[in-house]
Amino acid sequence: MKIYVPRDAAAKALGAEGVAAAVLAEARARGLDVTLVRNGSRGMVFLEPLLEVETPEGRKAFGPVCAADVPGLFAANFGDHPLALGLTEAIPFLAGQTRLTFARVGVIDPLSLADYEAHGGLTGLRRALGMTSEQIVAEVKDSGLRGRGGAGFPTGIKWDTVAKAKAAQKYIVCNADEGDSATFADRMLMEGDPFTLIEGMAIAGIGTGATRGYVYIRSEYPDAIAVMEEAVTIARAAGLLGDNVLGSGRAFDMWIRTGAGAYVCGEETSLLNSLEGKRGVVRAKPPLPALEGFLGRPTVVNNVISLATVPVIFERGAAFYKDFGLGRSRGTIPLQIAGNVKFGGLYETAFGLTLGRIVDDIAGGTRSGRPVKAVQVGGPLGAYFPRALFDTPFGYEEFAGKEGLIGHAGLTVFDDSADMLKMARFAMEFCAIESCGKCTPCRIGAVRGMETVDRIGRGDASAIPVLTDLCNTMKFGSLCALGGFTPYPVMSALTHFPEDFHAAHQEAAE
Amino acid sequence: MTANATAVAQRTDDIVADLATLEGPLLPILHAVQAAFGYVPQEALPRIAEGLNLSRAEVHGVMSFYHDFRSEPAGRHVVKLCRAEACQAQGADALAVHAQARLGTAFHGTAKGVTLEQVFCLGLCACGPAALVDGEVVGRLDAAKLDAILSEFGA
Repeated sequence: MKIYVPRDAAAKALGAEGVAAAVLAEARARGLDVTLVRNGSRGMVFLEPLLEVETPEGRKAFGPVCAADVPGLFAANFGDHPLALGLTEAIPFLAGQTRLTFARVGVIDPLSLADYEAHGGLTGLRRALGMTSEQIVAEVKDSGLRGRGGAGFPTGIKWDTVAKAKAAQKYIVCNADEGDSATFADRMLMEGDPFTLIEGMAIAGIGTGATRGYVYIRSEYPDAIAVMEEAVTIARAAGLLGDNVLGSGRAFDMWIRTGAGAYVCGEETSLLNSLEGKRGVVRAKPPLPALEGFLGRPTVVNNVISLATVPVIFERGAAFYKDFGLGRSRGTIPLQIAGNVKFGGLYETAFGLTLGRIVDDIAGGTRSGRPVKAVQVGGPLGAYFPRALFDTPFGYEEFAGKEGLIGHAGLTVFDDSADMLKMARFAMEFCAIESCGKCTPCRIGAVRGMETVDRIGRGDASAIPVLTDLCNTMKFGSLCALGGFTPYPVMSALTHFPEDFHAAHQEAAE
Repeated sequence: MTANATAVAQRTDDIVADLATLEGPLLPILHAVQAAFGYVPQEALPRIAEGLNLSRAEVHGVMSFYHDFRSEPAGRHVVKLCRAEACQAQGADALAVHAQARLGTAFHGTAKGVTLEQVFCLGLCACGPAALVDGEVVGRLDAAKLDAILSEFGA
């Protein structure tokens, strides 16, 4: 009998280690031959720990399971049980998705290269190895893939710049400093299907002539770091990395690096400084990292999801991938549904769903049962959307048109108990804590912003235009997105929820 | 030099010798030093500086930039509470108040053998409030669950 219990950090945080131990203990006690696979998460965090059993009809799911439920599941022979969810693939949250980047996550054993290959792994890299550098870059351009880290820059154009740059050494740097609240797609991918990222980086290396790569993972992700380290070791031993990638005669190798708790290092130039062993301060652009990146050499800096999407593009073709989506947002996007929601987790789908559909139908509204007040889209630097904007379709330009951004596609849902003045203050406070200090609008502006929001909170309405003006200065005067985008949550809170900024509201709250 | 300082210098030199050939070796070295001692002792800084041909000020500047590196040892246990938006939407603010009151320390303080820290996002945003307790992830934390953990630590 084959049983799956995820090793994903979210599953662990909800008790998966205890469930896994209970499965082994119960199997032993019953003298049953059980193979326990520690897979990634299917992304249905509301059902974690999700236990699956292989049956002739397909995998059947049970969840959320706690260790104490395990003997009962064995006693019921994994049939009729109050926690039974039927066939995993038929669970509505999963059945409605289009899983391309996350096709294998939760399905396979993340550290089995054989399992990876059996599910389509390495097909993309093998195809890329038969192509020229120009063809590889063209394929990525044709797919319409844009940076999934948040900026949305066309990945193929970045690769093209690096491919054409002349240098003795070039690099592929994967930005796995996923610091935005409400985002966990990078973490889930690295913990659930690490070889996809490795394969994507190898294709990037072959395509641009870069022979060395680094994955910069934030230290808050100890589980992802451990899985990636092990996966790289396995890949190297199997000849997938090294001087002779899959026997092609072409070289690419990569290493894992750990961040040290600085949010700003998710910004690409600050990440490069950190990787070089410096303070994680932002660099002015130009020069672009594509020309002068890591150690001053041409460097592709891509997000985990961008790189992990490359294998499926090469496996199934640029045209196949491009066929999904809307407008200039092509392909699929892993939505990360978080905060106060009934059904939280990762939902990969083509661009284009409206915000309302995501929040009301897929997330099922709030866990608290109270009305949804606001949804912050795109992490701490993203705007707060009110219900009035729920008809906005999920796409880069569509959200920008509403003074927002999709960022890394995280959504935090708040119920009507949220105080938007407090959230605006938090945005400024967070910026003040995490500012690298290089540019004045961010370093000073965030502190002044906090003070100004406090003035408004004390009933000083004359501070509202000051805050607006300050946000304008930060937006246009900051070097990077930290200072430049902090105005999004602040101004959206002020614009869409003015009642929370009125003196009367503050008095009532006190 | 005290016996302890000599030991720190020796161990640091070994770490530097091990890692100095990496591209961008300083962060891996600081992580390794912190793993060895539980914090980055002052005595280690000049050794790292010498090994990498940097000034001591540069090493201090890098170390102090990052929230992770401690200049003093932590308590026997470390509890990192997530305070980011997704956890706030699930009650993290009240939990932060409770944790500080129960331990009798503000964030980044140590009391009753437990160091309490704030962290911004653990990637457990769909099962918050979340925490990292001695390196282990914990989700859907509430006051009762936190109290149970702290009691187990004798705090």
